[in-house]
Parts: sequence; structure tokens; C-alpha cells
Amino acid sequence: MRSLFRLLVKNYPFLLFLFLEVVSVVFIVNYNSFQRSRFLNTSNAVSASLYSSYSAVVQYFGLKKVNRHLMEENSFLRNQLDRYENVLPDSIPGLVPSDSTFHYISARVINNSVNRQQNYITLNRGRKHGVKPDQGIITTTGIVGIITSVSESYSMGLSVLNPRWSVSAKLKKNGYYGSLIWDGKDHKFADLNEIPFHVDVAVGDTIVTSGYSSVFPEGIMVGTVKSFTQPPGENYYVINVALSTDFKSVTWVEVIDGLKSEELEKLKQATLNGEAGI
Amino acid sequence: MERLGFRYFVMFIVLLAVQVLFLNQIQFSGYINPYIYVLFIMLLPVNMPKYALMLLAFALGISVDIFSNSLGVHSAASVFVAYLRPVIIRVITNREEDLSEYPGLAQTGFQWFLGYAVIMILLHHLALFYLEVFTFANFLNTLYRAILSSVFSFFVIVLSQFIIFRE
Repeated sequence: MRSLFRLLVKNYPFLLFLFLEVVSVVFIVNYNSFQRSRFLNTSNAVSASLYSSYSAVVQYFGLKKVNRHLMEENSFLRNQLDRYENVLPDSIPGLVPSDSTFHYISARVINNSVNRQQNYITLNRGRKHGVKPDQGIITTTGIVGIITSVSESYSMGLSVLNPRWSVSAKLKKNGYYGSLIWDGKDHKFADLNEIPFHVDVAVGDTIVTSGYSSVFPEGIMVGTVKSFTQPPGENYYVINVALSTDFKSVTWVEVIDGLKSEELEKLKQATLNGEAGI
Repeated sequence: MERLGFRYFVMFIVLLAVQVLFLNQIQFSGYINPYIYVLFIMLLPVNMPKYALMLLAFALGISVDIFSNSLGVHSAASVFVAYLRPVIIRVITNREEDLSEYPGLAQTGFQWFLGYAVIMILLHHLALFYLEVFTFANFLNTLYRAILSSVFSFFVIVLSQFIIFRE
């Protein structure tokens, strides 16, 4: 017993090494629970406020680009408004029941990355502004990510550039849907899987969100088909998608509050448990 | 001793700030991300007890982790090189040479410091990148990214020795 004890004392550096490494690996393996914790990621007060003041300075350098995007979106919205006004020149607004399922919260990106294997995004809006976990994040050019953890006035989420998450997306022209997942290589491209061989796919086709999950409304821009292959022995295409959002320069985003997502989620659960219907 | 402690404290804060506010933000080509905070572990006093070395490395690693949402990855890599540091120093030092307490470039000589930096940075980056992907699939791709970033970190660290940590 004493010799065992002596051995332990003699080898304490190795034991300490093992201990610290085991702690670290436990952290890595349990990323999910820690990611949702409030203190050990960038949504905690100290790091979020630091990043917030940092980005307040840095964002000035990107203003030119942001302005251009806003102008483009402005004109796009104006065109759309014009079209609706022309289609229904004299309809009474009250007759059309408004079915606004989504509410948008605008936020500024205070921290972001594109060159890790798991990329995260931190926003300067939190619980008190109505941000909740599992809400989608979009920008003027397309989808950005999903909120995973929220503190009082900051929130953090996975960006599309994170293989631990995938988006349900479809081909705009024929509606076939699959899941979009990032392969960890280039921040400009991601892969769309689960599109069967009989579907007509062409380079340049537009990919949009499917709207099957309550996270994103239908038809938000995702990207365009850059190339596609038919791997032998499989039933599905591997489609390489050029993402429409430039993740390197994303500054202003909107968080989507799905007003009916809770109801939808409840219905899904009930259906899965066999309680709904009949 | 007091002054030395303060100096290391300042170095800790400065390297952490440079890492998370500057180097983590410049994103070249999706492949290169230099991690220069390993310089702190390299510059700790040569005959520092092993437990202090590892605990300080862990503290630095976990701080970088919290700021980059990668809990555990940087701390594991830092503790790894801190544990190996005494062995590395023993291997690359001749018996006749008398190492000064502070292993900076000006104190230890150019050749010694370059060898030391290459080994420490490479080991740290390899551990870091493989822990980050947490798989050996895409082995070569990860190796490529680790080496590319190591080269960049190496230049930044050696340059910093000429500019800031002279004395």
C-alpha cells in the first residue's frame, strides 16, 4: 500500500497530465450540454460584451458592403410591393386574413468564424429581445444558422458552417428536398444530400429552404448548384452547393421567431406518440 | 520574483487578447488559423515545476476555448505540450550548454530557439487540429491544415521575439 502511494507521489506530473486531459476530453465529447450552458461559451456576459465592443469598432470597415446589400434588398422589396399593389388594386385588406407565422428580430453579429471545423456565431440580441433557442438566423442574402444558447442580452448559434447541424432544403424548380450539410472544407460550399437520381438537376439551379421544419419559412435562399455527381452504388446525388451567404462578411442578421413553432412541435410530438387524430 | 510573476500575467492577457480578438478574426482561405498563445507555454521559466506548467497551460487553453466556443480542444492541446516541454528541452539542449531561466530567443540563441519553436508549435497544432475534428477520417486534409497553420504561427512567434520580447 505504501509503495503504491509512493509510486503515485513520484509520478504526480503524469497523473495530473492524465487528469487535465480527461477533463478536456470530457468537455469535447459533451459539447452539446456545454454549448447550451450559459457560462462556458461566447454568450456569457464577459466574452459577449468584449466581442460586442470589438465588433462595434470593426463593423465600420464593412459598412460599404452592408449598404449595398440593404439597397439591393430595398429595391427587391419595393418591386414585390409594387406587384402586390397591382394584382389587388381594390381588394379590401380586412377580407384577407393575415397569417403572419413569422416575426423577425434584427441583430448584429458580434463574433463569427469560418475557418474552424465547427463554426459558431454570436449575436447582440438575447432573451429580453425575444430570442429563444432553435430559432433560425437569416441575412439579406440567405440563411445563416440557428440559435442554440441564449443569455439575457446575447445569444449564440451554430452557423451553416457546422457539421453538427443540417438544414432541410429543396430544389426551387421542382420541390424535391434533401438535407444540406457542411463538409468542413470550404466556407463557400456545402453538400445537399438525399436527392434521388431520377430528379432533374442542372448546374445553376436555385436551392431554397423547404419550410418543413418550423425553423425557417419556406423559400429562403440557400445557394445554387455548383456541381453534382452520381456516386456508383448509391441512390442519391451528391450535390455541391455554392452558398449564397458570404459568411466572411455577415454583419447584420435577422432572427426568425416562428410564432407557431411551439404549436407545430407539440403536434409533431403528439403524432409521434400516436395521440393525435382518430 | 514578484516582477516576473507580473510580467507573465501581462503576457497571458496580451497573448489571449491577440489570439481571440485578432488572429481568430482574420480568416485566410479557410485553411490557416495561427495559434500563437502557445508562446506563453514556451516562455515559462525553464525549471518551473511540472504541475505549475500544466495548470497554467490548462488555464490559458480553457480561456481561449471559452472565447472560441471550442470547449476542451485548446486546453487539451496546451496541457499536452506543457507535459512534453521538459522532455523537449532536455532532448534539444547539449549537456555543456547552460540554459538561462527565461527561454527567449535573445537568451538562448537563434538556433536553439528555432528548434524549440518548431517542435512545440508542431506538436501543439497537430494535437489541436486532430482534437478539433475528433476523427482520423480526412487524415491528410487535417494534417495539411495543421502544418500550414504551424508555419504561419512559427513566423509570427519568431517575429514577435525580435519585436516585442527583446530585452
